Amino acid sequence: MVTTAPTPLEEKLLALAGSVPDPELPVLTLAELGVLRGVRLTSPGRVEVQLTPTYTGCPAIEAMSADIERVLHDNGVAQVEVRTVLSPPWTTDAITPEGRRKLAAFGIAPPRPTGPADGPVPVALAIRCPHCGSTDTTLLSRFSSTACKALRRCESCREPFDHFKEL
Amino acid sequence: MTNLTRTPALALGDDALILSHRLGEWAGHAPVLEEEVALANIALDLLGQARILLSLAGDEDELAYLREERQFCNVQLVEQPNGDFAHTIARQLYFSLYQQLLFDHLATGGSELAPLAAKAVKETAYHRDHAEQWTLRLGDGTDESHTRMQRGLDALWRFTGELFEPVDALDAPWQTLRDEWTTRLTTVLERATLTVPQGPQHGAWTAGAGRQGLHTEPFGRMLAEMQHLHRSHPGATW
Repeated sequence: MVTTAPTPLEEKLLALAGSVPDPELPVLTLAELGVLRGVRLTSPGRVEVQLTPTYTGCPAIEAMSADIERVLHDNGVAQVEVRTVLSPPWTTDAITPEGRRKLAAFGIAPPRPTGPADGPVPVALAIRCPHCGSTDTTLLSRFSSTACKALRRCESCREPFDHFKEL
Repeated sequence: MTNLTRTPALALGDDALILSHRLGEWAGHAPVLEEEVALANIALDLLGQARILLSLAGDEDELAYLREERQFCNVQLVEQPNGDFAHTIARQLYFSLYQQLLFDHLATGGSELAPLAAKAVKETAYHRDHAEQWTLRLGDGTDESHTRMQRGLDALWRFTGELFEPVDALDAPWQTLRDEWTTRLTTVLERATLTVPQGPQHGAWTAGAGRQGLHTEPFGRMLAEMQHLHRSHPGATW
């Protein structure tokens, strides 16, 4: 974690890195997904970026790192080092309100606020269909097109949709 | 790969790697598309854990692809062949319940494993939930599904004792974990109208030594498949 307050330059670089779109959910930026932990100028022309994975095995992390490096290079940073940090673990609560709105507009039901990690995973609470808004939806599979999503079906409009499941 | 030190990261990393590979074998064979995707996603989570844990122990690729069978220290449960779908679910139930309890404990400690455990335990909760839901559905389903689920549980029972054998240099309350595991398992199996197997949780020769590098016969064939590409084409990338 960044221990001292960021300088104006670091804040500008953080905003640049944060504007990179997620490789699998391009409607979201990395800042909206909440995976960017900090940007630090370690010496002139040398920047360290801290990035946290959504899921331990998320293959998108390598594309994210490459995209961040490219954007910062294009903006005049000579050396960029992207470090993956695990602690504290990412949670879907880190997705910003704007990120949630964009997910729903994209057809993916956003995650609900999380409970404790232990105990049964709360799948029975109402999840709203991103197409018609109905809360009458059922779970088809706990795992969908990516590890972070579950597959559901709306019983009102009969459309299947992805739900960004709580983590 | 001589002078290999059997660290906790290596032991838990091997569990994740080998189970990930076994689950990956379902790709193209699962009973329905949703399960194909679910098993592959669980395998991916486990592969992510394996990469981080093996990197704590050394070079992840060398450790995964260049070790011999006797140098792997995963528990024997995870190397067991997939069998039918119920058999795989039984293996998932036994293992995910154990892994969630262990990671939950490690997440609060100060060891080098704590960050990974805190991260992975949330994913493992989904793996455990997936296995429990299928156990209920198969156990309390048709006569055929009930029979197969019970058969899977019975067949793998003798590999469950090893889960709670102390791991060198890993500080965990093994007996407490075992009691909690048994309690939770019993609750699920009773709801599913299934019976907790009654036989020994260790076999004389067949179980209890994976952590020391002794493995069951199917493991060698699995390793041959897992390693042959890297060994035939060292350094291959695509």
